[in-house]
Amino acid sequence: MTSNTKKVIVWTIIFILALFWLVVAGVPFLFMVLTSFKEQFEVLSSGVFALPKGLYINNFVEVITGNFPNYFLNSVIVVGISLISLLFISACASYPLARFKFKLNRPIFGLIVAAMAVPIHVTLIPVFIMTKNVGIYDTIWALIGPYIAFNLPISTFILTTFMAEIPNELEEAAEIDGCGKFRTFFNVIVPLSKPGLATLAIYNSVNMWNEFSFALVLTQSMQNRTLPLAIWEYQGQYAMNVPMIMTVLTLSVLPMIIAFIIGQDKLIKGMIAGAVKG
Amino acid sequence: MGTQRPSLAKQRMHSTRIAATVFLLPALIILFVFIAYPIVDSFRISLLEWNGISADQSYIGLENWKSLATDLAFWHAFRNNLLVMALSLLIQLPIAMALATFLDIGGKKLNFFKVVYFLPLLMSSVAVGFLFKYALSPNTGIITAISKAFGGQAVDLLGNPKYAIYAVIGVICWQYIPFYMVYFLAAYSGLSYEIYEASIIDGATRSQYFWRIALPCMKGAIQSAAILSMVGSLKYFDLIHVMTGGGPGNATELMATYMYKNAFVTFKMGYGSTVASGMFILITSISFIVMKLLRGKEE
Repeated sequence: MTSNTKKVIVWTIIFILALFWLVVAGVPFLFMVLTSFKEQFEVLSSGVFALPKGLYINNFVEVITGNFPNYFLNSVIVVGISLISLLFISACASYPLARFKFKLNRPIFGLIVAAMAVPIHVTLIPVFIMTKNVGIYDTIWALIGPYIAFNLPISTFILTTFMAEIPNELEEAAEIDGCGKFRTFFNVIVPLSKPGLATLAIYNSVNMWNEFSFALVLTQSMQNRTLPLAIWEYQGQYAMNVPMIMTVLTLSVLPMIIAFIIGQDKLIKGMIAGAVKG
Repeated sequence: MGTQRPSLAKQRMHSTRIAATVFLLPALIILFVFIAYPIVDSFRISLLEWNGISADQSYIGLENWKSLATDLAFWHAFRNNLLVMALSLLIQLPIAMALATFLDIGGKKLNFFKVVYFLPLLMSSVAVGFLFKYALSPNTGIITAISKAFGGQAVDLLGNPKYAIYAVIGVICWQYIPFYMVYFLAAYSGLSYEIYEASIIDGATRSQYFWRIALPCMKGAIQSAAILSMVGSLKYFDLIHVMTGGGPGNATELMATYMYKNAFVTFKMGYGSTVASGMFILITSISFIVMKLLRGKEE
């Protein structure tokens, strides 16, 4: 066998494997989207991979005119408020950690890094009890505190590394011009950290948009729940109506796909930065 | 000599301290309220017998901890976590590395592949759970459809106590392989092109380059990926809660789902907190060991 034919064979095998994985990764999606355009009993009668008989959009109409917008709005409010607060608080915390020289700098930074490793399920029961005692149980406001807290360590970690790379000269120039620490922060450091903040915004909003455990435990009634739990309620209501559930799934993945298209690089960067903990 | 005035440096230090406190305070308060205090509180509640609702709490000392030590259901769940951890590591990382290598060699031409490979990562765990609950169902599922196309029977992977855990692990891998793929792709882009060129000029083949040069250069990234995968495996909840609820029986029960059931289904807050605290101890010590083993040598 010449080395050329060997090469061709190897590459054919590689390509077949690559196509195989294309099927593995893609087919569940295809199943989801195709099924969402089917009528309730069409799945059983015409087979799983048959194309829908027609463009049956009643599922979408029914979902969108039902409770879905309410769940969607709840998610938008929770993610919006949590994200803005999170970015502000973590930027504030990162500034002294990255650029001040004081004794407690390293220990506090170490503490924040350690907090990244805490599994959220350990705090579920105490936070549930706390939420009940404060009287915000079963409201969307109950979610905001935990959402900020559990994304704060990683965000502060990433922003601190980012801010540490801002050249000293810019800060010194601001100081010589008479800026105090606070004006320096708002007028110099924050504008220069915009790329880091943007990465964090996309990364964290995906996390918060998909968060499930706290939403499950801290809310109870349908009108106060967020999107990941919407699917749950639809399952109860339409237990056997698979196409309807697939419609809800398709609609809830849509914002993520849009986020991916808009900020593909930032999303990936955020995920990787989020991964390289400690 | 007049009165001693604080030196300029000291004044500066003082103002720095004040500014640092103001900037750090909101973050520290939030971390204390939602992370530090709950951890301590969890241990406190683990000493109680309490349903979480009534004022009727009774202090029972270490009774819950004694029950936990001999609770077969908990250790079964822990064993499942370890199984998920081992198989995730063995399946996810090699496939992710193979996909990343393929995409790295192909470059821009393979963008379509890259996007499709990435898709699973865009779904929330809950959505993935629901999708596969139906995709693996014996009536309307994909596997059944394939089996029937070849003249086989309906397949009920999730309903079979023997296979359910492996089906769940398969879905977990499906969801997370794209993540490690992207991670390794980033590691590839960090390798310098000169090294590749030099090795090819020196007569190395593609596979020699991969095994002898690329892989050793990416050792750090692979170690981090292994740590992430192992530590993450101990915390799974969403996907299993949705897909199987720990069942059939307790075949796919994990520590987190077991904790959830105790605390929020049967309302044994005291024992639920014991499970949670036990989880905290196990996860923290395993994470510590894993990090020491994989990272310690470098320092």
